[in-house]
Amino acid sequence: MTTIPDLKPMPQSERTRSPQELKIQREQRRGAIIRYVVLTAFGLLMLYPLIWLVGASFKTNEEIFSSAAFWPKDPTIQGYIDGWQTSTPYTFARFFMNSLYIVIPKMLGTAFSSVIVAYGFARFDFPGKKILFGILIATLLLPDVVTRIPQYLLFRELGWLDTYLPLFVPQWFALEAFFVFMLIQFMRSIPRDMEEAARVDGANTFQVLWYVVVPMLMPAIISVCLFQFMWTMNDFLGPLIYISSVENYPVSLALKLSIDTTEAFNWNQILAMTVLALAPSLIVFFIAQKYFIEGISTGGVKG
Amino acid sequence: MADLQLTSVEKVYGGGFKAVHGIDLHVADGEFMVLVGPSGCAKSTTLRMIAGLETITGGEIRIGENVVNDLVPGKRGIAMVFQNYALYPHMKVRRNLSFGLKLKREPAAKIESATQEVSGILEIEELLDRLPKQLSGGQAQRVAVGRALIKSPEVFLFDEPLSNLDAKLRASMRIRITDLHKRLRDEGRPATVVYVTHDQVEAMTMGDRICVMKEGHIMQVADPVTLYERPANAFVAGFIGMPEMNLAPAVLADDGGLKITLAGQSIAVPPELAARLSAQEGPVTFGIRPQNMDIVPAGTPDAFAGTVHNIEFMGHEVNLHMNIGDSTFIAVIPNDKFDTGIRRGDAVSMRPHGARIHLFDRESGANISLADQTKSLS
Repeated sequence: MTTIPDLKPMPQSERTRSPQELKIQREQRRGAIIRYVVLTAFGLLMLYPLIWLVGASFKTNEEIFSSAAFWPKDPTIQGYIDGWQTSTPYTFARFFMNSLYIVIPKMLGTAFSSVIVAYGFARFDFPGKKILFGILIATLLLPDVVTRIPQYLLFRELGWLDTYLPLFVPQWFALEAFFVFMLIQFMRSIPRDMEEAARVDGANTFQVLWYVVVPMLMPAIISVCLFQFMWTMNDFLGPLIYISSVENYPVSLALKLSIDTTEAFNWNQILAMTVLALAPSLIVFFIAQKYFIEGISTGGVKG
Repeated sequence: MADLQLTSVEKVYGGGFKAVHGIDLHVADGEFMVLVGPSGCAKSTTLRMIAGLETITGGEIRIGENVVNDLVPGKRGIAMVFQNYALYPHMKVRRNLSFGLKLKREPAAKIESATQEVSGILEIEELLDRLPKQLSGGQAQRVAVGRALIKSPEVFLFDEPLSNLDAKLRASMRIRITDLHKRLRDEGRPATVVYVTHDQVEAMTMGDRICVMKEGHIMQVADPVTLYERPANAFVAGFIGMPEMNLAPAVLADDGGLKITLAGQSIAVPPELAARLSAQEGPVTFGIRPQNMDIVPAGTPDAFAGTVHNIEFMGHEVNLHMNIGDSTFIAVIPNDKFDTGIRRGDAVSMRPHGARIHLFDRESGANISLADQTKSLS
């Protein structure tokens, strides 16, 4: 949160201020206060469910539904302890690891393949480029669910059911047109001269990509990784379709598990684990925030 | 080092647009060749074809003994300096300089000594640990030159390297680059240079020879003096020189003595000019440089009468604009020789220096007032 800027006038200059100036200053200050109050109020309102979630995860099961306040009367971490143990033979640590087994290869594969495909589209001319690019963009408009069944049949034939392969192998082939498109747009804003200079310096196509394009593209690549990380952590449908044994469940499925298997839901456990499930995305986001914002907002690179 | 030979080099783009029309150009070993011309004359395209950044659609490019038509840029033995420096933004100056050598897998000690040597020559030692964004324009340009120099290439290519700098810096960088070229020559490792610019001052001051281009054709290749004194055609005549040469339609005729008729006024062809003419009559373009004419009182014989249209005081000289018929002539007159009584609208006459008159064929534009045309055309 930003603090209200200090609008107090400097003592020396106060003497020279005319009454009008002082009036304008007072009005500016009042305006600033009103703006910040309104922004803070709406910000809190939007964030309240999240704040409540964190607060509620420290409440007892009974208190959760008896009060809408977020501050627990009798804070307890029992929800975390019990939730972590789960009703299965595995702890949540297992599910977090499972999530990582999906997220890491998926994220790296997406970044790697999307950069290569985007590089091809942005920098090379080849027969059928326009048509292929058109197809690529068309897949952006294609709803995910349309391909679910054929994909399922394909992966069943390959014997990949109940493994993580269906969840990340497709991403190694630049499946996400959105990322390819984003990288192409970013690459178009980078002048070609640096790449040409590298070619004159003796770099081959892959060396140009690796030593020159990728470093300049880094903010965009980090954005791609971040999006993919968060989307995959939150992905529920994919694992639901392909993962059948509990020992392979990622976090998103495991959360649902705690709702299914207990007769009376231990909401505080569910909420506690939800908070933990949010944590990786948030942590990664804040670590990468600087580059992420750069990636979205920078149009070009100073030459 | 090596020479560079372009033979009937053509460039036709996919859409059928012919950018370069079969040009022939030889750059001798150690020569500083400047390609100059207005925008769109394909000078940059030509340079990029030499570099290998553009494919050629016809002809042959040879560097030294090797035909490089199909070689990738890195294998041609060239180094290039780009207009906007094109330094790698994420690498420090040191790595920018050594990147090419690293790719060649040169030993670290050799890279280090080369980096030291080049940064010494270009006085950029204290910049080695900076990022390109921490450099001023002039510093960045020096690093870009250093990145080319460190590779000891067969041919240096410069693509308008000074056009992003302010006028003062441009002048000093100009001298720095020519000094560097001389220094390398004196040290016994002459550098063959192809330098593209649209600025004729750069072209005239830097080039051993200048190649003037227009719309994908070479108009003339010559040393600066020849280019100025003996332009091969009206285009070169008009392009080189400040202010540019006065060009006006005229007629050359022989009726009891050679005469030039311009805007209805005839003067006898001066003997110095008559001796040089390769044609005796026909429609021509009359050309005279602003510095090569006298402003004389109206009515003086063998001068063209006109009216003063504008007078610009430049300090050390005066630019006098006068209308003769439909054509405007500019005369540059040294301050001390200028008749301060002349006012706008006055009737005056212009007497060209006979030895300095150029006549160009109106159709082809070729200079018909060169005693021996073959000498200046190459």
